[in-house]
Amino acid sequence: MGAAVPFAFQDNAEVARRFPDLHPAFDSNEALTEANRCLNCFDAPCAAACPTHIDVPRFIKKIGTQNLMGSALTILDANILGASCSRVCPVDVLCEGACVMLRYNKQPIAIGRLQRHAMDHFWERGAHLPKKSSRRRSQKIVCIGAGPASLACAAELAQQGFSVTVIERHALPGGLNTYGVAEYKLRPPDSLREVAMIAELGVEFRFGVSIEHQSDLAALESEYDAIFVGVGLGAMHELHIPGAHHNVNVAVYVVDALEFIARYKTSGNLTVGNNVVVVGAGNTAIDAAVAARRLGAAHVTIVYRRTESGMPAFGFEYEHAKQEGVVFEWLAEPVAIHADPASGRIVSLECARGGSNFHLSCDMLIPAIGQAPLRSLLERSRGPKYYTGGDCANGGREVVDAVADGKRAGVAIAKSFEAADA
Amino acid sequence: MPDLSTTFAGGIRCPNPFWLASAPPTNCGEQVMRAFDAGWGGAVWKTIGEPITNVSSRYSSVDWNGQRMMGLNNIELISDRPIETNLREIAEVKKCYPKHAVIASLMVESTRDAWHDIVQRSEDAGADGLELNFGCPHGMSERGMGSAVGQVPEYTEMITGWVKEKARTPVLVKLTPNITDIRQIARAAKRAGADGLSAINTINSITGIDLDTLEPRPNVDGLSSHGGYCGPAVKPIALNMVHQLQNDEASRLPISGIGGIGTWRDAAEFILLGCGTVQVCTAVMHYGYRVIEDMTDGLQNWMREKGFARIEDFRGLSAPKVTDWNHLNLNFKIVARIHEEKCIGCELCYIACWDGAHQCIHLDHAHSTPPAIEAASRARISVTPIPRLDRGVQAEAPLARVPRVDEDECVGCNLCALVCPVESCITMERVENHLPRETWEDLVNGTPHS
Repeated sequence: MGAAVPFAFQDNAEVARRFPDLHPAFDSNEALTEANRCLNCFDAPCAAACPTHIDVPRFIKKIGTQNLMGSALTILDANILGASCSRVCPVDVLCEGACVMLRYNKQPIAIGRLQRHAMDHFWERGAHLPKKSSRRRSQKIVCIGAGPASLACAAELAQQGFSVTVIERHALPGGLNTYGVAEYKLRPPDSLREVAMIAELGVEFRFGVSIEHQSDLAALESEYDAIFVGVGLGAMHELHIPGAHHNVNVAVYVVDALEFIARYKTSGNLTVGNNVVVVGAGNTAIDAAVAARRLGAAHVTIVYRRTESGMPAFGFEYEHAKQEGVVFEWLAEPVAIHADPASGRIVSLECARGGSNFHLSCDMLIPAIGQAPLRSLLERSRGPKYYTGGDCANGGREVVDAVADGKRAGVAIAKSFEAADA
Repeated sequence: MPDLSTTFAGGIRCPNPFWLASAPPTNCGEQVMRAFDAGWGGAVWKTIGEPITNVSSRYSSVDWNGQRMMGLNNIELISDRPIETNLREIAEVKKCYPKHAVIASLMVESTRDAWHDIVQRSEDAGADGLELNFGCPHGMSERGMGSAVGQVPEYTEMITGWVKEKARTPVLVKLTPNITDIRQIARAAKRAGADGLSAINTINSITGIDLDTLEPRPNVDGLSSHGGYCGPAVKPIALNMVHQLQNDEASRLPISGIGGIGTWRDAAEFILLGCGTVQVCTAVMHYGYRVIEDMTDGLQNWMREKGFARIEDFRGLSAPKVTDWNHLNLNFKIVARIHEEKCIGCELCYIACWDGAHQCIHLDHAHSTPPAIEAASRARISVTPIPRLDRGVQAEAPLARVPRVDEDECVGCNLCALVCPVESCITMERVENHLPRETWEDLVNGTPHS
């Protein structure tokens, strides 16, 4: 296997059993056949659709010639998180959605799975990320947050010879790749392995450090030549309905989607109710609902205030949720949480639809109604030293968008010091 | 139902023109009988001669784009079984299948007595015809047989002559392609009285080298040897040689076509160039005798559609349409048309025309070069479309990636139509230029307007 993971993480066999790969790996012959199906378009729409502009036909044709190392390096040159993106990207609306095969009534090329094939080879060979320059640069850069945007920024700068520090308030790096992606797409050890590869470039990581106050930023400004803010979004919105707060068991029985996902993925806490209700119909809501099913909930319902056509989740995620047995209640607005006064346990969620109310049996409620932006931090981080990217800057898109942002910021930061170093 | 039965080279009758070539599929009687049950019209027995010792391994292949065995190479020799065994089984097969063609492929040492003896014994066993293996390119040639004979017109003529002194059944000479001009050998065979030709035998080849061990394939204890190449890859070479033989009066004899025939379509092409029967090996080695079902079925359906009642009705019809380059009309003008309703926007025609042809397909009106177009795409910022964040963003117009042909510059080379993955998306259209037919020969002779 590849480089040892320096970030301590205890793999959970029960989680592995309940969350096998959604899209299994190709074997060599499958990959070769699929790679050869690629037309090798000129100025390929898949590459244009990818926020990191991975040269898709180039890496696929390298699989076709069994130049797997060249293929992986082609991917990594554009996207330092090419391994996790191959698993978490919503390829249906990105590269594969742009595949010309779709206009020919044919299956698009399985770009995501081919990318994973090349990246798996890279890991198996224990390969390392290449440096882009042998120069040693004098400037020091700090990236706030250890999610995909910061990692991409840090890697780009480290590859160009800068000293880079990443500071993170959590115990583990990777951001949502470690804490928030559905387990059957990406497991924490795979996310951490990818970060370890970036650490090998010489990037320093500091964990458990929160940056909140003006004084924290001032300290960074005095120590570093540039500051990249890649802090993502803030806490999830809370449900402001009666019962959401007075319940003594709220911490156990009302848990927001990101917390619920992080909990089973990284803390070994696999607690789930029997009748789970998820409020909201975005991609995170779907991840939480499917996870609840996989963890053993008998009934999982998604409650959404609009109809099917208004749901923010991708169509393929919706289809997946239905296959996993998740039930959808459309045009339903939660109005109150009811608990058993004696035990404090939740028993139902009261919802309004049209003019009337109905009750859904519920012993675990998972709000998934979006995250608030970290406005105060972003407003404080102004000035020539500051750069930003990822969810905190784009409003909350995908990992690949964060990587693209972070890399662009890294390139811009490096360029800004070009004159100074010349 | 069109009639596939045919008579070849003055007397070999068979229910259809599909024969198994002399090779592993015709090793023994049990195999040949199963092949006839499956529907094959004839079989050329695995070459009979003094038994040899083979090596292992024996085969290697060239795969292409995930497809196995586009080309197959072998270093196997002639039959490794005693002559008596082979002849006894030929007799058994003929007894059970009197209407099928069984051809004895022969290779013995180059003496008159040896050839007289084997001819006599083969015909006594009931063979319907004899095929002289003057083509085997490996192993036997080093012993003065196979292609060592077939590469020297004098030897071919001499041995064919010996065989003809004795033979009562039709004699076919199997030609090797491993020679500068295959007609030299065909002419020698014809001079000696051969009744037909089988063409082509396998092509000298080294299929590849293992890039881990640096050892060539097929690997025999770390070494390899050149072998004989066959399968789909060799068909165009075989078709050309068949045509050369048909087009040369001194070579012209009935031909049993061989080389990459795997489907009825391949067979139809060989027959259209003049072959009377065809021989198949690689397709059977790949998939088994059952491939014959679609070969006969497909050929009959096509014949019915075309109004051909018998093989002879279409045999050779395409031969006159192959001519020398200096007889081609220089004033025939076609240009590429891209049917935009079928175009899927892969732009392969664009890059093929720019890098491999005449720079007359364009993506814009400014005639940007390929590097400029790629650079513009790389510089564009793309994001994952999120409905909540991207309301009102226009998707790319469906026609935005459809290339455009500059018909004034187009030379009508076909390349764009060849690379286009979509059927009938790029067609080559005749342009009426009101010029008379004029060939290079006309120009040289000063006699235009012929």
